[in-house]
Amino acid sequence: MSQDFSHQEPLLRVEGLTKYYGSRLGCAHVDFDLWPGEVLAIVGESGSGKTTLLNSLSATLEPTSGKTMYRMRDGQWRNIYELSEAERRFLVRTDWGFVHQNPADGLRMTVSAGANVGERLMAVGDRNYAHIRDTALDWLGRVEIAADRIDDQPRSFSGGMRQRLQIARNLVTGPRLVFMDEPTGGLDVSVQARLLDLLRGLVGELGLAAIVVTHDLAVARLLSHRMMVMKDGYVIEAGLTDRVLDDPREPYTQLLVSSILQV
Amino acid sequence: MTTTAQYNFAYLDEQTKRMIRRAILKAIAIPGYQVPFSSREMPMPYGWGTGGVQVTASIIGPNDVLKVIDQGADDTTNAVSIRAFFAKVARVATTTHTSDATIIQTRHRIPEKPLGQGQILVYQVPIPEPLRFLEPRETETRKMHALEEYGLMHVKLYEDIARHGRIATTYAYPVKVEGRYVMDPSPTPKFDNPKMHMSAALQLFGAGREHRIYAVPPYTEVVSLDFEDHPFTIQHFEDPCALCGAEQVYLDEVILDDRGGHMYVCSDTDNCEERRAAGHVGTLGMQEAAE
Repeated sequence: MSQDFSHQEPLLRVEGLTKYYGSRLGCAHVDFDLWPGEVLAIVGESGSGKTTLLNSLSATLEPTSGKTMYRMRDGQWRNIYELSEAERRFLVRTDWGFVHQNPADGLRMTVSAGANVGERLMAVGDRNYAHIRDTALDWLGRVEIAADRIDDQPRSFSGGMRQRLQIARNLVTGPRLVFMDEPTGGLDVSVQARLLDLLRGLVGELGLAAIVVTHDLAVARLLSHRMMVMKDGYVIEAGLTDRVLDDPREPYTQLLVSSILQV
Repeated sequence: MTTTAQYNFAYLDEQTKRMIRRAILKAIAIPGYQVPFSSREMPMPYGWGTGGVQVTASIIGPNDVLKVIDQGADDTTNAVSIRAFFAKVARVATTTHTSDATIIQTRHRIPEKPLGQGQILVYQVPIPEPLRFLEPRETETRKMHALEEYGLMHVKLYEDIARHGRIATTYAYPVKVEGRYVMDPSPTPKFDNPKMHMSAALQLFGAGREHRIYAVPPYTEVVSLDFEDHPFTIQHFEDPCALCGAEQVYLDEVILDDRGGHMYVCSDTDNCEERRAAGHVGTLGMQEAAE
């Protein structure tokens, strides 16, 4: 997967992002730009600061220092932690998406699949039932959930279906940036493969920018254009995914790549 | 000398009444906004209308005339005991006639007879938060009210239509007040929602257990939430009241025997009695008169 981003302006600009939990380091001095349509993977072992970084980027955890600038739909650059709470919440539920590792965290488990997909539409003022339902049906189709499951609650769905429903719920408002925290974690291998296939298709088709946190290098290889390797809160290596995986520079990355099980 | 306990006028002490009046004034100033207040223990259990009783106790004066209704009726236990309570602790006149009352405390119903200027309707509210069962975190629902994020309310109505083919919510039907706050009109049937809109009377809501007071000032816009293609409708009854023949009123079903016999009668007993006194008769009212 290669794409030329040089002629465009970035979507997200991260400068010197640092998060301390008291005196303990979460992540430190992270700098990167993300272009529209680009998928960035953040890899590393657990405890390396991946999720802290993702939460700091996605306006859920205020960083200790550093800036996260986002280019809004009107072309204005805004620091997401200087937005008013109303603006930030609006941004989060329209222009952004967040796919949690555990679908129960991102879904309303006690309302139907259709309402789960429709919630964001209703939140931005859609008051036409037929339109909401048609849109929900369309999105369920795109994430390969049968139309006759639209009135079922996600409690009755399998893990893979829940995860696909969560993706549909996030993409229905046409976001430009999606955060994913271990989107395939907890799924069995064949379901993982199908989900990755679907995600890759949707990301390409919609031109989404995405930041994917994963400890699974195969996920990074399949989905991402670029990747960052984290260790103990620091980004130790960053570059094109194929370059990092085929020709790792840092000893830790070499260890990580060589520790993939070969069947 | 008698040594029996002396209550302050209208049971509550003056400081408490001032505190509640402040909350009421704030509630009137911000229509539909839930104002916290320090709810007191009342000599009746929660669920019997302790919020409504505290609001009434704070606004009642010696010249007021009080009416209390429960499910539209003046003669049910709850209504009778609250009426007796205020007759005793405030020595105010009580009535069952809607038009004679200056303060009407209610649970569930708004009287059928339109209320006029100068009348105050006090609602007893069990759960003031319309978003409660959709979002259990109180911190989150307050934020949603503050930022006017009401999409979730429509999720509930969407679920109704998806499951039942229509909006099946029949009571505590959410409304938007003056284009801003979404409010739970307490467990009144949705039949009464249109009566809240542009009402000439002041409407006060007291939730004792939940420590909240909110209000709809006179002539305020109250709009029931709905979808463009599934508009809000009120209940419709096939037959008129069996006793007084009234139509376009809210009816209660009364079981007559154990063979499936039943009749529909006015839920608002005062309205029914006044109509019968004026000579209106329903299908079963005839028999009653003949007996």
